[in-house]
Amino acid sequence: MQWLANIGRSAIDTVGSFGRAFLMLMGAIIAKPQLIKNTPLTIKQIYVVGVQSLLIIVVSGLFIGMVMALQGYTILVGYGAEGSLGPMVALSLLRELGPVVTALLFAGRAGSALTAEIGLMKATEQLSSLEMMAVDPLRRVVAPRLWAGIISMPMLAIIFSAVGILGGHIVGVDWLGVDAGSYWSIMQSSVDWNKDVVNGIIKTVVFAFVITWIAIFKGYDAIPTSEGISKATTETVVFSSLAVLGLDFILTALMFGIE
Amino acid sequence: MSSRKVEIMVGLFVVLTIAAGLLIALKAVNQGMSSGTDTYTLYAKFDNIGGLKARSAVKVGGVTVGRVDSINLDSDGYTPVVALKISQQYNKFPETSSVSILTSGLLGEQYVGFQPGFSIDGIADLAEGDYISDTKSALVLEDLIGQFLFSKND
Repeated sequence: MQWLANIGRSAIDTVGSFGRAFLMLMGAIIAKPQLIKNTPLTIKQIYVVGVQSLLIIVVSGLFIGMVMALQGYTILVGYGAEGSLGPMVALSLLRELGPVVTALLFAGRAGSALTAEIGLMKATEQLSSLEMMAVDPLRRVVAPRLWAGIISMPMLAIIFSAVGILGGHIVGVDWLGVDAGSYWSIMQSSVDWNKDVVNGIIKTVVFAFVITWIAIFKGYDAIPTSEGISKATTETVVFSSLAVLGLDFILTALMFGIE
Repeated sequence: MSSRKVEIMVGLFVVLTIAAGLLIALKAVNQGMSSGTDTYTLYAKFDNIGGLKARSAVKVGGVTVGRVDSINLDSDGYTPVVALKISQQYNKFPETSSVSILTSGLLGEQYVGFQPGFSIDGIADLAEGDYISDTKSALVLEDLIGQFLFSKND
């Protein structure tokens, strides 16, 4: 009987946490917009979440583009098709690697920080103090961070893809000697704005929303002890990475599955 | 961290994103023949379209002048009808022009090769909705091998 009770308890807990997460989201985004008060807060959070993630995004984008050019070249040159290096690098970055790798890095770099920050605010009772002063912490603390995450991550993903394409150019054209004209022109003839770029951006918006939501909820719902915050931070990274990879498959199947 | 510095850094972030977006939009994405430019549609019937797909290129002497818009089966003879969207910039092709389905390289993708015909008095230009009568089908490798083996037996 005990094992049945355990299954039941964990199921109830899971459903309960989904409910609390949804209530938190509704409390944070459904309200009268106060642009004058909230825009500076959101810009501050875009700085923390977006600008401070730039370095890791640019460096990993550059290296991923370079590695793909190197790997792709060694395979394509066997078929005499090294001209197809451009579309290979551009399509894999715009469709998959840009959104997914940015999302994973964002979950590790920004998501964990959000969880720890809000969790510590909860543990040191800053959130309850805000409520005592009749300031809604959902509006003051959660909403700006949520919007900052949703705005920043697609921007980071665009930068990631662009830097990756340039990295592929550095290795493919400048180093391995693929013709620069064919790198760009074959890329242009095979990359489509709606099908590839817009679908990639839709993916990143979905990932950004999911990661930021998970990160903020895990912090907001953390057990207010040092152990609880450490557990919440770990769970943020694990859950958002899993959610991103799972959603990526579903979105890819919906977007590119049927010709 | 002063709020002015934060604002400057976020502004820089936005500018960087726009620059990256422009790089992708201008350098990596094909701009020609998007829905914005003026096009006119021609039709061509083929016996076999091979691996031709919608959005495949239409080329005159290697220059892309349009794209395949759609591929359907003709309801009468069950032959494939390919709709070609040609840029309005090239609207003086004579009616004697012919189209064939070609492959770029040995393993490359298939495209529509467009050969402009001769133009003398009394031959009109191709216009919106016209059918191109002179078509050559795709080369299907299996058929070719079949013919080769058949001719060997003689």
